[in-house]
Amino acid sequence: MTSHAVTANRLTDGQVVYLTPARTWSEKLHASQLAEAGDDANALLQSAQASVEARLVVEPYLIPVDTDATDGQTPRAVGRRETIRAAGPSVRLDLGHQAAQE
Amino acid sequence: MYRYDEFDHTVVAERVLQFRGQVARRLSGDLTEDEFKPLRLMNGLYLQLHAYMLRVAIPYGMLSSRQMRKLAFVARRYDKGYGHFTTRQNIQYNWPRLDEAADILDELATVEMHAIQTSGNTIRNVTADPFAGVAADEIEDPRIYAEIIRQWSTLHPEFSFLPRKFKIAVTGAPHDRAAIKTHDIGIALKRGPDGETGFEVFVGGGQGRTPVVAKSIRGFLPKRDLLSYLEAILRVYNQLGRRDNIYKARIKILVNEIGVEKFTALVEEEWRHLRDGALALPDDEIARIKAYFASPAYLDIPGDVPEFDSKLLTDPAFGNWVGSNVTEHKVPGYAIVTVSLKPEGGIPGDATAEQMEAIADLADAFSFGELRVTKDQNLVLADIRKSDLFALWQGLRAHGLETPNAGLLTDIIACPGLDYCSLANARSIPIAQRIGTRFGDLDRLRDIGDITLNISGCINACAHHHVGNIGILGVDKKGTEFYQVTLGGSADENTTIGDIVGPAFGEDDIVDAIETIVDTYLGLRTDGETFIDTYRRVGLAPFKETLYAAR
Repeated sequence: MTSHAVTANRLTDGQVVYLTPARTWSEKLHASQLAEAGDDANALLQSAQASVEARLVVEPYLIPVDTDATDGQTPRAVGRRETIRAAGPSVRLDLGHQAAQE
Repeated sequence: MYRYDEFDHTVVAERVLQFRGQVARRLSGDLTEDEFKPLRLMNGLYLQLHAYMLRVAIPYGMLSSRQMRKLAFVARRYDKGYGHFTTRQNIQYNWPRLDEAADILDELATVEMHAIQTSGNTIRNVTADPFAGVAADEIEDPRIYAEIIRQWSTLHPEFSFLPRKFKIAVTGAPHDRAAIKTHDIGIALKRGPDGETGFEVFVGGGQGRTPVVAKSIRGFLPKRDLLSYLEAILRVYNQLGRRDNIYKARIKILVNEIGVEKFTALVEEEWRHLRDGALALPDDEIARIKAYFASPAYLDIPGDVPEFDSKLLTDPAFGNWVGSNVTEHKVPGYAIVTVSLKPEGGIPGDATAEQMEAIADLADAFSFGELRVTKDQNLVLADIRKSDLFALWQGLRAHGLETPNAGLLTDIIACPGLDYCSLANARSIPIAQRIGTRFGDLDRLRDIGDITLNISGCINACAHHHVGNIGILGVDKKGTEFYQVTLGGSADENTTIGDIVGPAFGEDDIVDAIETIVDTYLGLRTDGETFIDTYRRVGLAPFKETLYAAR
C-alpha cells in the first residue's frame, strides 16, 4: 500500500503546507499525517475540508509519499513536482522550505 | 514615454481599492476560493507551486528609471529580492503574500503601473519592438499605436470575457523583433500605395499545443481605421470563438476552422458598420499620443567616435560585448545596448533588486532615464552615446550585467518551468543553466553565431520553443523529465514553426544532444550562414542522423 499525505497552499501567503496528526498545517512534509491509499486517505483529505472553510488553506489534495531509504520512516515526496514543492526551487536552494531547513 | 492622464490614474486607483476589498472579503470568509480566484487573476495574482505569483504589466516593455526603482523596491520589500522578466515584456514576482498584494499594487500605482489584464481571458499587455523609436530600419514608432491599443483594450467592457486570452504585438520595422506572427493579432507598420503609413494586419498566430503562424488578412489598413478594425476582429472572435473547449478557444482555431477567407469576410462585414463610428482615429489624437514618444534631445554629434574605436582595440572584453550587445542606432553617434540577463549558469530573465536599481541609475546617467524589457528576457538601454559605451559597460560589469551573449546560443529564453510553475511538466531553468555552462567559452559562442534557443517546461510554450531555432519542450513521462527538441523555428518576419527532430531526450542526454546539433551545423554551414540559414538549406535529415544514428 502507498502512504499518502494531504498538502495544500496556505491562504495568506500561498506557502506549501501539509496536514499534521493534530489537524494543523506544517511546512514540513515529515510532520504530516500519513494514511494508506483508499478510504483512510480519503478520510484524511475530507478532514482537511474544515481548514478550507476556516480559510487556512486552499485546494488541499492527496499526494503519495515514500519513506526515506536511510531510516525507513521519514516521509519523502514522490515525483519531481511534489519534491520541488516540498523543498523549493531546485535552482534556488536559498529559497522555499529547503532554506529554512538548512 | 507615455504618462498617465487623470483618467488612467483614476482607473488604476479605483481598481486597487476594489481589489483591496476583494482580498479583505476573501480573508474574512465572505468570498470562497472559487469566487475569489477569477478576481485575483484579473489583477495578475496567480497561485503557483510555492506561493502566489504577481505578474505586473509593462506596456510594450517601456520603463522609466523611476518605475524600475519601484520594481526593485517591491522585490526587496514584498518579495525575496528579485524579479523575473518574461517573454511578454512583463515582470513576475514569485513570492508575494495575498495579504500584501493590494499594498504592492498601491506602490505600483504611484509610478503608473498595475497588473490589470496580465491574466484572464482578456486582451493582454500589448507588446512591441524593444528597439522602437531607435532602430535604423524603422518605418514609424510602433509604441504610438501600441499605446493607443492599450488605451482601447484596457477594461474594454465588451472584451472582458473573451473565449480565451488574446495577445497583440506591433512592429514598426520590416525586421520583426516583436514576433508579431506568433500573436492573436500581429500589426506591422508599412507604407501604403501613396507613401502614407498604415498597417498590415495578421491574425491567428499562436503557440501552445497548436502552433500556428498568423495570416495576413489585410495588406494595408489606414491609421484612422486601426481601432475599428481591431474591434471588428475581436467582435467576430468573441461571437464565434469556442467556449466549450479550452484547447480550441484561441482565435487561431477559429481562423483555421472557418478558413482565412471566410474569417476575413466576416471581419470586413463587421468593420463596414464600425469604420466611420466613434472608433475612427482622428489625426490630432494620433499626434497627441505621438508627442509622448518624441525623440529625446539627441546631440548633433559625429558618427565616428575615436575614443570608442580605440577602446574597442585596447580592451578585448569590451570589444566582445560591443560585438554582440550593441546595435546600430538611427542617430549618428548613438547606440542601442542590450543588457543580457543571461549570465553563465544564471536564471534567464531574473534580476536582483540591486541590479534593477543599478540599471535604473545607468539609464539616468546615459540613456535619458528610460529602458525597455525584451521578449528575449533581456533589458535594453536604447539611447547611449557611443562615447559613453565604455563607462556604461564598466557600470554594468560592476553588477554582473555585462554578459556578452545577446543573440548568441547562451542568450537562452526559458520559462520558470517546474521550479516555480504549477502548469509545468518539467524543469526549464536547470537545462538552460547547463547549456549555458557547456557553451560558456566565448570564442566558441561567437563562432557558432546568431541563434535562438528556447526552453519551455510545458506545451503552453511560454518560452516560445516552437519558434526557437532550437526549441526544447519539457515533458513528463511517468514522473521523469524528458525533453523534446524542435529545429528550424524562427520568430521574425520569416516566422516558422520548428520541426520535431525525433524521440525526446532524457535529462542527462539533452545537453549532449544540443551540442551534437550545434556541431552538426558547424560541419555543414557555408560561409556567412547562420544556424537557421543552414537548417533551411539542409533540412532536418542530417541533424536526425547525427542525433539518433548512434542510438
